[in-house]
Amino acid sequence: MHVDEKTVRRIARLARIKITDDEAKGLEAELSGILNWVEQLGEVDTSNVEPMTRVVAQKLRKRDDRVTDGEIADAIVKNAPMVDDHYFVVPKVVE
Amino acid sequence: MSDLTRLTLAEARDGLKTKTFTATELTKAHIEAIEAGNPALNAYVLATPDHALAQAKASDARLAKGDARPLEGLPLGNKDLFCTNGIRTTACSRILDDFKPTYESTVGGNLWNAGAVMLGKLNNDEFAMGSSNETSAFGPVVSPWRRQGKADKLVPGGSSGGSSAAVAAGLCLAATATDTGGSIRQPAALTGTVGIKPTYGRCSRWGIVAFASSLDQAGPIAKTVRDAAIMLSSMAGHDPKDSTSVDAPVPDYEAALGQGIKGLRVGVPKEYRVEGMSKEIDDLWTKGIEWLKAAGATIHEISLPHTKYALPAYYIVAPAEASSNLARYDGVRYGLRVPGKDVIDTYENTRAAGFGKEVRRRILIGTYVLSAGYYDAYYLKAQKIRTLIKRDFDDAWSKVDVVLTPTTPSPAFAFGEKSGDPIAMYLEDIFTVTVNMAGLPGLSVPAGLSSEGTPLGLQLIGKPFDEATLFRTAQAIEDAAGRFTIGERWWAGEAKASAPAAKAAPKGAAKKKPGGK
Repeated sequence: MHVDEKTVRRIARLARIKITDDEAKGLEAELSGILNWVEQLGEVDTSNVEPMTRVVAQKLRKRDDRVTDGEIADAIVKNAPMVDDHYFVVPKVVE
Repeated sequence: MSDLTRLTLAEARDGLKTKTFTATELTKAHIEAIEAGNPALNAYVLATPDHALAQAKASDARLAKGDARPLEGLPLGNKDLFCTNGIRTTACSRILDDFKPTYESTVGGNLWNAGAVMLGKLNNDEFAMGSSNETSAFGPVVSPWRRQGKADKLVPGGSSGGSSAAVAAGLCLAATATDTGGSIRQPAALTGTVGIKPTYGRCSRWGIVAFASSLDQAGPIAKTVRDAAIMLSSMAGHDPKDSTSVDAPVPDYEAALGQGIKGLRVGVPKEYRVEGMSKEIDDLWTKGIEWLKAAGATIHEISLPHTKYALPAYYIVAPAEASSNLARYDGVRYGLRVPGKDVIDTYENTRAAGFGKEVRRRILIGTYVLSAGYYDAYYLKAQKIRTLIKRDFDDAWSKVDVVLTPTTPSPAFAFGEKSGDPIAMYLEDIFTVTVNMAGLPGLSVPAGLSSEGTPLGLQLIGKPFDEATLFRTAQAIEDAAGRFTIGERWWAGEAKASAPAAKAAPKGAAKKKPGGK
């Protein structure tokens, strides 16, 4: 499997990570190397195997549908880089 | 007073009980050891001496009243992946910046509720992604161990490299750690310490910075098997805030230690004799088999045929889950923000500046294998391989009670030796990663020294929720092998030009040696 530079750029865009031209070239080789290495999984016949969904057999517990938390707006915005009152502030999204 | 930082957790607990010293004295001794040793070792990324002394004072009051809890007054280090209320938590990444959680991790809370004292936050590979602690935004941790007659800086393993180095160097009595592919067991093996990754679900993941949610587990790194057992008894337990934590009673692991291993069936998997494994690792494994036989166990060759596929499958599952978990770091709600011309540009700038190279690499791999058209070929395929790996172990458990393997394919390496080649670094986890893929408990116990005089570990793998058997089997190995401690504490500001005299001490002898400081 070879990952070309165009694919690297598409993936970086999906992952929301800005990359430089130099980085794109380096990543082309690194990602191709790792993906080639995992190709060996193709040797294993998994046609009748269920994918693992949990390592320990247990039913997902459900809790009562009631409010257990709240009134902690101060705590929630405490670490935000930019706040106005109890709102997170981001660059304008809608014109 | 003898050097309190050379005591084991159990010895310190007993000393507090008999009032040989106070929790404040014990804590002060460790704070001084951190001040003297951390500049050279870089094991702590944040020391919290005032916090520790306040906790110790409260513990002394309880001890005086005869009201001690299981870990009363015992100073520990806390990996910087565990959120600490009001105390900076970074996962050793620039992207979390000066993040101060407004809550405590459940495992951390369990330890403080049991009376333990927190000395500070320990270094680790960024977001726990690494096997050498070289990817930390705070710089690498230096192992307190050196090759005989040499002063090259060795890695303490990773990702819990701060935890393993701090415990080995006496900068805490024991430490918290996490293990996604080997991050507790590999650093324990490289530093002569004991580390256990419990069964998936045994410890709550709530409040621990997530890497790969279906693989992550918390556990302790400690000086002895007994200390690790004491730690896990307090860390483990059901937590309604983590839906994957298991509602099962936590046994008294310390009580299991005395039970011996007469009649225990030990499996030795032939697939772990990998090509290129060093002779000294092979010899160590043989020695381990002999020790367990001598203690009354029976040895059985077993087959775990899908072993070789565990590591490549892991490098699909773990990055996929990481790319999803790390999507939350967007510079909006917490952590670093690097402004851009619009909101997407801000995300992209923030994540480019905030994540280190290895983290970016894994996010990109994860994004690729989860992207449209590739999900079945990669992630689904890897999860099917996981089923086969688990089935291998399920078959083995009809014949054996515990499995014995080496922990790592080679001894500790020097800085930069493997960091140029991602796959060479990934191979560090070749013996440990199967355990995470199958959700099983795994323990690393020191078993010998390499020809270079650095520690080597053996790994024990157990049935789900059978940590007790791992502890009593590890005790048998520790009884036979002795403990491996560092005689001269070169990092404590009084270093001689020569390398430290590292030697195996018979059980309990470490505290009798003259203190380094």
